[in-house]
Amino acid sequence: MRYAETGYNLEIDLSRGNIERIETDPGLAQRFLGGLGTNAKILWDRVPPEVEPYSTDNLLIFGAGLLTGTPAPGANRTIVSSFSPQTKLMAYSMMGGFFAPELKHAGYDKVIISGRSPELVYLWINNDKVELRDARHLRGKGTLETADLIRQELKEPNAQVAAIGLAGENRVYFASIEQGRSSASRLGIGGVMGDKRLKAIAVRGTKDVNIAHPAEFMEYCNEVLKYIKFREKNPLGMVPPILAGLGSPQEMRLHDEEWHTTNFAWGNARRRRKDFWTDEVEKNWTETSEGVRQRFLSCYNCPLSCGASVAYPGVPKYMMKCYSKLTYTMAAMSDLDFGFRINSRAQEYGVDGFTTPQTIAFALELYEAGILTDQEMSGMPSDSEERFFWLLERIVRREGIGDVLANGTYWAAQEIGRGAEEYAHNNIKKHEQLPLKLGMLNPIYFLMYSTGEKINITQIEGQFPQAPFAKREEREEFVKDWIQVPEEKFKQYFLEWEPRGDNSIPYYPSVEATCEIVDWMEKMHYLDDSTGMCAGLSSFPLKPAYHIHNLASIISAATGLDLDEAGLAQAAKRNRTLLRAINVRRGLRRADERPPEDHWKHRFPELETTLLDEYYKFKGWNDQGIPTRECLNDLGLDYVGEDLEQRGILSNEQSKKEG
Amino acid sequence: MSKVKKKVKTIKINVDKCNGCRACEVICASFHAAPKYSSNNPARARIRLIRDPIKDIFVPVYAGEYVAAECAGRDKYVIDGKEYSECDFCRASCPSRDVFREPDSGLPLKCDMCEDDPSLKEPMCVQWCLADALTYEEREEEVEEDAKLSDMELGLKALVDKYGWQKLADGVARLTEKG
Ligand code: SF4
Ligand code: SF4
Ligand code: SF4
Repeated sequence: MRYAETGYNLEIDLSRGNIERIETDPGLAQRFLGGLGTNAKILWDRVPPEVEPYSTDNLLIFGAGLLTGTPAPGANRTIVSSFSPQTKLMAYSMMGGFFAPELKHAGYDKVIISGRSPELVYLWINNDKVELRDARHLRGKGTLETADLIRQELKEPNAQVAAIGLAGENRVYFASIEQGRSSASRLGIGGVMGDKRLKAIAVRGTKDVNIAHPAEFMEYCNEVLKYIKFREKNPLGMVPPILAGLGSPQEMRLHDEEWHTTNFAWGNARRRRKDFWTDEVEKNWTETSEGVRQRFLSCYNCPLSCGASVAYPGVPKYMMKCYSKLTYTMAAMSDLDFGFRINSRAQEYGVDGFTTPQTIAFALELYEAGILTDQEMSGMPSDSEERFFWLLERIVRREGIGDVLANGTYWAAQEIGRGAEEYAHNNIKKHEQLPLKLGMLNPIYFLMYSTGEKINITQIEGQFPQAPFAKREEREEFVKDWIQVPEEKFKQYFLEWEPRGDNSIPYYPSVEATCEIVDWMEKMHYLDDSTGMCAGLSSFPLKPAYHIHNLASIISAATGLDLDEAGLAQAAKRNRTLLRAINVRRGLRRADERPPEDHWKHRFPELETTLLDEYYKFKGWNDQGIPTRECLNDLGLDYVGEDLEQRGILSNEQSKKEG
Repeated sequence: MSKVKKKVKTIKINVDKCNGCRACEVICASFHAAPKYSSNNPARARIRLIRDPIKDIFVPVYAGEYVAAECAGRDKYVIDGKEYSECDFCRASCPSRDVFREPDSGLPLKCDMCEDDPSLKEPMCVQWCLADALTYEEREEEVEEDAKLSDMELGLKALVDKYGWQKLADGVARLTEKG
């Protein structure tokens, strides 16, 4: 019997309409865990680097995490992996909600989609019965509406549906896949789904997911719940409210938005408004939020309820995710009320809540600068909020200038030319970043921004405080019950970190300590993305419920695998290195690993070079950020090394030298 | 029948507090797996969350008695402007829907208040509902003494209703021969 995993994948070839249920190799979990790890293995094995993201040979994989479907609180992630139309690199985006547990209960760990359907279809997975169904009548329908219509026509109110909207159908480079209160938004995987002419996947499952060591496993689960309760009663002091609790940022619960509105830049990631937040704004925004919030919503088997349903008068109801209420608000230099209004539309169309507002703000800036002309923007209203709606419509339909903008700021700037490149200033590896523009280079963030394979800081950071606390006593207080650190020395790094003076950024933490801190944070994310654990309980917040010391036992109890802390760390490293190899094979090199030039006002080229050099070494990569033969062999990824050598990406000689 | 004093176990359900997480289903199913916690499958839970987040309908319903036939009519309730079907509140394990029946055998499921030895402080679903939508209360009541059907008898009754006595007897006979 297989534990925690089902042992089966579904293979769907849309070109031929072929459906197969394939038993998977039981040895894979020990090496790659599941979710992201096994998704990456499939992409390495089956998608050669020449394959274009929008082509029949690209795969779109919906993978459930290894722990998803077990009672481990918060283990509910679906990891959607493919190649990004925007970056051309591997794309993976996670979604919470209810999809992956249902898939496990239907008897599958993954749905692997290949080919392209001749007509728009949807996939219906009902335990052993799996079929492709005509979806032509759903063309152009919104994401939530599609889910509703499918549930009605299947007469299956309990089916979980992941769907694309108009943006996905029109292959927008930042189209999302939406699923109830959650979505897989980043890097355009909704566009890949649209390219495959797959409107939705509906799933219903009523089978068991087995646990290897039930009593022990349940004890761990109860401990986690106990800790969550404790933290709900005892939020961390010393940090802004938004960072004090567990879960994804509690954007629908907290009204103190000083942190976001004053630290993040407005418009096209341009302007800090340090005095924006006033008592009056707080009062108004609190009223707005409370007025439209219908109910706090949780994902499957998680008590944190980070989302909420929103009933804004006059627009269809929807479910707010994370921080989208502010991304549109701030990009449009507008008001929270607008954020709530436009999100309803944006989610029905299925677009990424970070890239979309930024792309629109970018276009408006180009217009102000005279680079985009009245002719290109003909018909655009004069009011700023209405302009956002207008451009959103153009983008999701790929109409006029919308067709150019639908490829994101990097590609749009290339196409527009005339100096537009200067305005696409907030990208890493062609992908839009959070609108952050800060003063002094932070070495930890420099490395995370530069090297993160997710190309999205919120999915790399966590665990280690973003900034030093002002007073030593506060730091001492903080480290007292900091059991989540991998080793004691991390407490010391933090204790001695000062806001000013010798022990402050950019030269503190030391290069060595910085490498260790970044590696730790990243490792936790790789574990979450393989187990299907929500980052909100694990890799993202300070002092989370799951950490490097309890995860190995939890995974072992659920799966029966023989994994200790070291083994788990090794599996995380294997997955991380494999992802790097996939991207290296597609051309990723050191030159791509740069945060936006204006991310920090004060940059330190020498230090930055040293940081990258040392971090690459720390990771077992060469000076181009390519994993060495030795590193790959150590991880049992010899075949990866051989492939990289055959392609001349790793030279034999160099490998000999290092191996 | 005589009157006896009985401890009545109740669970107060505050639908306003429910966040739709379905942890109650997860833990109920796991707790009742044999061996305990050896598997998870909300389709086997004896509590079901009727959930429609857009209409804001969230009703945790506990599995009650097995019924052989569905209701003749289906009434609707409008509460606070939200329209509910009668079924949204109904505890019956009923042929009209797939809730409260074992997914493979179709046998009825019924909430047993997590009867266990030693008995639990609180039922599992209450313990795992961190939103406090479910609260456990005990009170004493005078009730008619009543013969209580065991799980096996309940299952048998369902089979009789489904296949009739004769078929069932034949089946049992066949199995006995094989066994
Ligand atoms: S912490 Fe929030 S986002 Fe994460 S699983 Fe729980 S409810 Fe979902
Ligand atoms: S555990 Fe509580 S909050 Fe979650 S679905 Fe059940 S009743 Fe609702
Ligand atoms: S009281 Fe126990 S048996 Fe009844 S629904 Fe809750 S967990 Fe299940």
